[in-house]
Amino acid sequence: MPVIWLILIVLAIAVVGYVLGRGRALSSAGGEPIKLHSLPSYYGSNVAMKVVVPAFLILVVWLLAQPLIVNNSVSGMIPESEIAEGSSRSLVLAEVRRAASGLDNAVAGGLMTEEFARNARADFNDVTQRLKDAGQIVTSQITQPVLRAAQEYRILNATGNLLMSVAVILAALAGAAWGVLQTNSHFRARNTVEQGVKVLLIAAASIAILTTAGIVFSLVFNTFEFFRIYPASDFFFGLTWAPTFSGRGGNSELGIIPLLWGTFYISFVALAVAVPIGLFAAVYLSEYAGPKVRAVAKPLLEILAGIPTIVYGLFALLTVGPLLVSIFGPDGVGIMQAGTAVMTAGLVMGIMLIPFVSSLSDDIINAVPQAMRDGSYGLGATKSETVKQVILPAALPGIVGAILLAASRAIGETMIVVLGAGAAARLSLNPFDAMTTVTAKIVSQLTGDADFSSPVALVAFALGMTLFVVTLGLNIVALYIVRKYREQYD
Amino acid sequence: MNEMPNIEQANDMTESKISAKKVQVYYGDTHAIKDVDIEIQPKSVTAFIGPSGCGKSTFLRTLNRMNDTIDICRVEGSIKIDEEDIYDPKVDPVQLRAKVGMVFQKPNPFPKSIYDNIAYGPRIHGLARNKQELDDIVASSLQKAGLWEEAKNRLDEPGTGLSGGQQQRLCIARAIAVSPEVILMDEPCSALDPIATAKVEELIDELRENYTIVIVTHSMQQAARVSQRTAFFHLGILVEEGPTQDIFTNPKDKRTQDYITGRFG
Repeated sequence: MPVIWLILIVLAIAVVGYVLGRGRALSSAGGEPIKLHSLPSYYGSNVAMKVVVPAFLILVVWLLAQPLIVNNSVSGMIPESEIAEGSSRSLVLAEVRRAASGLDNAVAGGLMTEEFARNARADFNDVTQRLKDAGQIVTSQITQPVLRAAQEYRILNATGNLLMSVAVILAALAGAAWGVLQTNSHFRARNTVEQGVKVLLIAAASIAILTTAGIVFSLVFNTFEFFRIYPASDFFFGLTWAPTFSGRGGNSELGIIPLLWGTFYISFVALAVAVPIGLFAAVYLSEYAGPKVRAVAKPLLEILAGIPTIVYGLFALLTVGPLLVSIFGPDGVGIMQAGTAVMTAGLVMGIMLIPFVSSLSDDIINAVPQAMRDGSYGLGATKSETVKQVILPAALPGIVGAILLAASRAIGETMIVVLGAGAAARLSLNPFDAMTTVTAKIVSQLTGDADFSSPVALVAFALGMTLFVVTLGLNIVALYIVRKYREQYD
Repeated sequence: MNEMPNIEQANDMTESKISAKKVQVYYGDTHAIKDVDIEIQPKSVTAFIGPSGCGKSTFLRTLNRMNDTIDICRVEGSIKIDEEDIYDPKVDPVQLRAKVGMVFQKPNPFPKSIYDNIAYGPRIHGLARNKQELDDIVASSLQKAGLWEEAKNRLDEPGTGLSGGQQQRLCIARAIAVSPEVILMDEPCSALDPIATAKVEELIDELRENYTIVIVTHSMQQAARVSQRTAFFHLGILVEEGPTQDIFTNPKDKRTQDYITGRFG
């Protein structure tokens, strides 16, 4: 039975359980809801909850566990001799799965009876021929053990699916019975549902946190792998970034310093653009603009945040780069060689960050109590004096938090760098030179066809880990500052 | 402080400091203040009393044009301070507010040191030529506000670290520091405990020697204790205005009598 049907059946049982639970509660109170401990809908929800939660838990665990168990037992059926030179057990298992799904499709297409597909004594040449005729692409020849394994695979999966359906539906029915039987006018359904809601929310929060942990772990293992084959000191202190893809990357120089330098240089330019403009825009919007202007200008400014970064990249490549070259290029000042440069990427990234800075700062400035402004105006201060001497100092910690959040965005930005700053890793002070960043290099290391066991590919994980640590640090500092600010007016 | 202050009948003879004629205030479509005429005497304390929402705070805020900071607020009529119409287009509201200081309901010290709180106004208006003069202004303002003894050893500490009553006296000192002629107080004691209230009232009584003070209060006892003249507002109308003693002992209007005897409000 397909899983989607199983889910629908469980939901149907939940709906029936809801109606039964509600009805039983009402009848136990003689039709007068006022005599119940909770509102009638809570009794229904209680039953529905007891149907859905255990059934879906079983479903999820089963779906995760079944492939592991089936693979394990099928894997035992394949003798060592069957694994060809240069191949591996997992490749043969993939072959088994392909054969099994070929058999499935052939049966579904009516070219084979179920008995034939399951016949353990079937001649594998005959089966291969039939599968080929059925248009189910199969490798040149299915060997006897592979066919046996594929057949076993199908049988195990079919049995497993049947057992799963039975178990899930039984659990749903048992839950419904439990919920309905415990329903009476004194049962505290409201409190039970409240507990259920709490557990649901905890589960959602834990999934988010566990995913973060999972991302870190996936980076950590590959990073260790990289440091096993490439010395960490060369990575962290090397001044040259020159990966060679020949000889399994053995001769590469993979120093992170030029990449970090490019990252911080471009981020610095971006923040130098975004912070003043964003901050002044926020001050205008929150202190000077009338409600009508504000209602129009604020959403317009925030549209900037919704533009995909690749579009900013195009803007950098096609507009800002050529414009800068015409001023600073060989025909002008003569310090810029081509359109791709730190300045190009930095300027465009700065424009991208303006709404981050302005929107967050605007909220923070608005959070400064009106009493502060009144106090200042009451002493005969003008608006700009009030902003400069009272509001900005009061909002400063929050604004610093906003800037640090923007900085971690800048450090993690990729597309604008790829299109705007070029791909040359270089240590230079000239902001009109092409440079590149950590993120852009992660992309280029992984999109090639480098072997995943060579340092040239694995270095991407070490780069990612470094970046993760840097931005995590920045975020922690930002959160700490923002929290400290919040305490000030409470 | 417990007895009625002396009523200086001569006040009626002197030229008034603030003179309001036919003042109307609108918040959008709401007509918040209707036809208010009042003369406020110099170097005395005038109390505005009345039930919540009667417009006494709104009227107070028209006297230094604080209502200008509210977009939907509109003022009509004439308000003259020292014979000068403060709503004349030539008048700079910022300069006006230096002359007519304000103390708010809730103490609102800036998140700066005590010294910087007081020095804020003088620095903006360039009242001190050097550090020494600024120090003098800070010290004398704190002395006038009766906060010097408590604060002189902690001028570098944040103003927000003082107690509520001290914060309110800090705000009064801050207002005094720009040498205003009029000080408006919008329920300055409503967030304070009785002891802090007594200190602030004492201070108001002393300040009357040098400043014209207008105070909005919810407490009729407070109006009786600190003011020489009292104005009773009801539903945006100035019902009755006169010497404090007369208002509390011999009100002419039935509504005033009902209010001060506690029959409504």
